[in-house]
Amino acid sequence: MNVTKRTLLNLIIEVAIYGALVSVYLVLVLHFLVDWLKGLSAKDPAVYAWVAILLMIAQAVGLERLASSLVQVTRRRR
Amino acid sequence: MFFPISGVHLDPIYLILIGFVIGILGGFFGVGGSFLTAPALFAAGLPMNYVVGTDLAHIVGKSIVAARTHRVLGNIDLKLAAIMVIGTIVGSETGVQAIEVLKKGAHVESVVGTVSIVVFTGIAIFCASESWMALRLSQRTDQQPELAHNRKQDVTAIDALAKAFQRLKLPPRVSLPHSGIESISFWAILFVSFIGGIFSGFLGGGAGYIRMPSMVYLLGIPTHIAVGTDLFEIIISASYGTVRHAMNGNVDILIALVMQTGAALGARIGANLTQYFTGPRIRLAFAPLPLLGAIVIAQRLFTDHHS
Repeated sequence: MNVTKRTLLNLIIEVAIYGALVSVYLVLVLHFLVDWLKGLSAKDPAVYAWVAILLMIAQAVGLERLASSLVQVTRRRR
Repeated sequence: MFFPISGVHLDPIYLILIGFVIGILGGFFGVGGSFLTAPALFAAGLPMNYVVGTDLAHIVGKSIVAARTHRVLGNIDLKLAAIMVIGTIVGSETGVQAIEVLKKGAHVESVVGTVSIVVFTGIAIFCASESWMALRLSQRTDQQPELAHNRKQDVTAIDALAKAFQRLKLPPRVSLPHSGIESISFWAILFVSFIGGIFSGFLGGGAGYIRMPSMVYLLGIPTHIAVGTDLFEIIISASYGTVRHAMNGNVDILIALVMQTGAALGARIGANLTQYFTGPRIRLAFAPLPLLGAIVIAQRLFTDHHS
């Protein structure tokens, strides 16, 4: 397999794993945190502000790290 | 789907698709993409106060994803980003305060709008013509085998402004080895980021479509590093804006997270794509973006004028 094909395949696997993790994260947040977040935004905007930014960072950093680890595992297996 | 924080019904597929498109643009060009996201969210029925705050929240997540990929590719100059953050935040606050003062006078929206349209159109024309000339110039260097395979080897057709900025004697001077700049005045970097910040404060969003070309043409930063560093800087300035807007009740984090599902994937793809394009090709593809921004502002001015 040439370099371009391998790079493209790696990117597709990476994006697929990351996409699955991001979707699971979204479903979990929508299922468990909607009412709490709604209440928090009305009652305590300052805490809501920090929770909002943490949710975004957790999704971007946490899931990205998890996805990278899973990608490395699949690369080793291949 | 009902979003209880902002109290609106929005189609999640529409939000994911917007996020995906903006994610690719953001990862590839180093912009926040507010000039496209804001009208798209507003058109879907989200109130304007939520549009600005929610857009900023999704920019944070998307920029983190794209910046992490750019960091792996070696496209971030942390020293440059740290200096630029100071200028951007000060400029952004100045822009916000200035617009409040100007609001007391008549026709401020039309004045700011018209100036922005002229500046954005100018940037678009300049980027298009310069990158076209640079591409022709690089065709000659492509014949040299040692340069042909290095896509990050940047060529700019007009580097007089960058040279003038780099010659500025005002101390302290800093070196940016990662960007290939031996020495440049600290104040030159601060000035460029300050101007970007003012536009961000005036118009909202990250103003990456001002900052990215400014870094290339005024500071002489290679295009790939300008894209990555701009994204890194956007994380900090957009986080600051998100917290401020959320405290004022202008962020629906659930909408931002749905958009982020598409944006995270798009940003990853966009950031990875940069390694297959040379600097002039990225700049040529970038040229229509400020023009789109100008069209959005013109449309907003026209609508306000007739309402």
